[in-house]
Amino acid sequence: MTSPLFEIDALQVAVEDKQIVNGLSLTLQPGEVHAIMGPNGSGKSTLANSLMGHPRYTITGGDIRLQGDSITEMAPDERARAGLFLAFQYPTDIPGVSMINFLRRAISARRGEEIPVREYRQLLNEVLGRLQMDEQFVRRYVNDGFSGGEKKRAEILQLGLLQPLVAVMDETDSGLDIDALRIVSEGINTFHSDDNAILLITHYQRILRYVQPDHVHVLIDGRIVESGDASLAERLERDGYEPFMERTKAEVLSS
Amino acid sequence: MTTPATEAPVTPRSEYEFGFHDDVEALVKLPKGLSREVVNTISDIKEEPDWMRKFRLKALDHFNARPMPEWGGELGDIDFNDIHYYVRATDRDESSWEDVPDYIKDTYDKLGIPEAEKQGLLAGVGAQYDSEVVYHNIREDLEEKGVLFLGTDQALREYPELVREYFTTVIPPNDNKFAALNTAVWSGGSFIYVPPGVTVDIPLQAYFRINSEDMGQFERTLIIADEGSQVHYVEGCTAPIYSSDSLHSAVVEIVCKAGSNVRYTTIQNWSNNVYNLVTKRATAYQDAVMTWVDGNLGSKLTMKYPAVYLMEPGAHGEVLSIASAGQGQQLDAGAKIVHAAPNTTSVITSKSLSMDGGRSSYRGLLKVYDGADGCRSNVRCDALMLDEHSRSDTYPVMEIDEKRVDIGHEATVSKVGDEQLFYLMARGLSEAEATKMIVNGFVEPIIKSLPLEYAVEMNRLIELQMDGAIG
Repeated sequence: MTSPLFEIDALQVAVEDKQIVNGLSLTLQPGEVHAIMGPNGSGKSTLANSLMGHPRYTITGGDIRLQGDSITEMAPDERARAGLFLAFQYPTDIPGVSMINFLRRAISARRGEEIPVREYRQLLNEVLGRLQMDEQFVRRYVNDGFSGGEKKRAEILQLGLLQPLVAVMDETDSGLDIDALRIVSEGINTFHSDDNAILLITHYQRILRYVQPDHVHVLIDGRIVESGDASLAERLERDGYEPFMERTKAEVLSS
Repeated sequence: MTTPATEAPVTPRSEYEFGFHDDVEALVKLPKGLSREVVNTISDIKEEPDWMRKFRLKALDHFNARPMPEWGGELGDIDFNDIHYYVRATDRDESSWEDVPDYIKDTYDKLGIPEAEKQGLLAGVGAQYDSEVVYHNIREDLEEKGVLFLGTDQALREYPELVREYFTTVIPPNDNKFAALNTAVWSGGSFIYVPPGVTVDIPLQAYFRINSEDMGQFERTLIIADEGSQVHYVEGCTAPIYSSDSLHSAVVEIVCKAGSNVRYTTIQNWSNNVYNLVTKRATAYQDAVMTWVDGNLGSKLTMKYPAVYLMEPGAHGEVLSIASAGQGQQLDAGAKIVHAAPNTTSVITSKSLSMDGGRSSYRGLLKVYDGADGCRSNVRCDALMLDEHSRSDTYPVMEIDEKRVDIGHEATVSKVGDEQLFYLMARGLSEAEATKMIVNGFVEPIIKSLPLEYAVEMNRLIELQMDGAIG
């Protein structure tokens, strides 16, 4: 039997001695889209950043496996080269470093060999066109002076260029107007194939109208408290997180 | 300057490529120490006119009378009696590499100078080895237009009146202790004269090499850009690694006449046992543009603040400074701009890097005289530290005596950010590669103002230094 594409196994994460993620488990098979939905403070960004190996987050228990191999002890760059991708909620600007130079380095790192200039140009133009982005965009410095929408588009551009196995999207829909949301969602859908998997981490249901999830999970206090199909997202949209939070509180009190 | 055995030895830069030296006995090597006799001997060897000898001796008195500066870096370890003030390897300044002694030519071959000249990347080349210029050549068409590019000693022999007219007019012998020292014992350096309206389209380059141990190199460079002319001069410098220290104390004077445009680029890559204490200053007249591009990567201690005095309306001065200090290095660099006339403009951009315990500082002075109204100036100095045990300081001083001016100032000091590193590493770049990319981005505003070959060289040198620091 082959291993699942991506497994989060009883993961526990702390930030400065404070436990944020409390034994979270999730399995992604190739071709699947999972959505994790949670209110503010439920641990969404902690989960996203710790999956990628941010040094500020300490994994205190559990395991993360990509194609059956543990990546829990790996540095962020090793995880990326192995095929994991994080679309940042707040991408950092790096003045003086052009997108075109950075993207070429990133693709070459992911592939383990230098991408030839010609192939790079073709690939870049193709993905830029798909995202309705101007060629001049990549002449700019990485995220430097980008609007909120441009930053998110730049993340999707990287997703399309790097072709990861598993893409974790951290609140990619936040701060986008309706047109940008549609373009970004199309970018995710174009990337998605039977060989990769997507984990959408979001507060709102609206991106799920464009990117159809196979599974939806509700995150409360660093735990998945409910899982279901796409209809769960609609239920959340209608009733809010309140019922789940009440239930969690009751469970904690009774335990 | 032999280091006492009890002191820590000079920190070797494992990545330093030019630490070799030639083991050939010098033709002339004055005994160590500084005296009237030494100064007279240098003047005798050069068969100079009497006025120059008098200049030297007077400057020696200035040097002796002045106290050591107590700011900048630690200068107390310099023993002026433990230095050879004049070392001459050969008795000729050649205009063909074939005539330069083989072992000296080999050195310059390793530095890639004759090759660059052969490829036509340079309009002229000068090479100084210890105290004397050993090679000078300029493209024929420029020579025909009256452009002079030769060793300052040779210029003094062939064009004494021209040298005398400008020598020490920009930097007086008593300007500071080290300018006085240079004036007393100067030897070598470049002399450039560009006639009115003449454009030197590609750079003139000079290469300074210290070979001997315990020596002082005191070159003296004088550039005169006549009205409406244009020239770009580039200097590079390297030295062998020795356990004792060497001293490099140059003086560079530049006169930018009305409407001229002068750019002076330095890529300083001395070994880590060199004290680099240099005075550089330009005067810019009506509508002239003077730009210093100052890259400092080497030396044990550098104290250098290229200056532009804006003397007439419309003059523009610019200083672009990069300093990158690694283990055992202190680079105190910066800029000085003096607005002495109305409607003059200036820009200072400084980027200092420190890593592996190194220390870099920006020290700047912006002065606007009363009556110099309508001046505009923008000063931006940024410092980036690669680790906790490195140090970066900024000392920006402004003396503004005129109200109707427009002055902008911005300074930042930062550490390579965790978030930036994480972002790049999340895209598959190793920590070392990510750090290099962040540093390259940091120095980019200055690198992009360099001609391509020098931009490549500067980036390469910074990366080499980082290889030593971040492994």
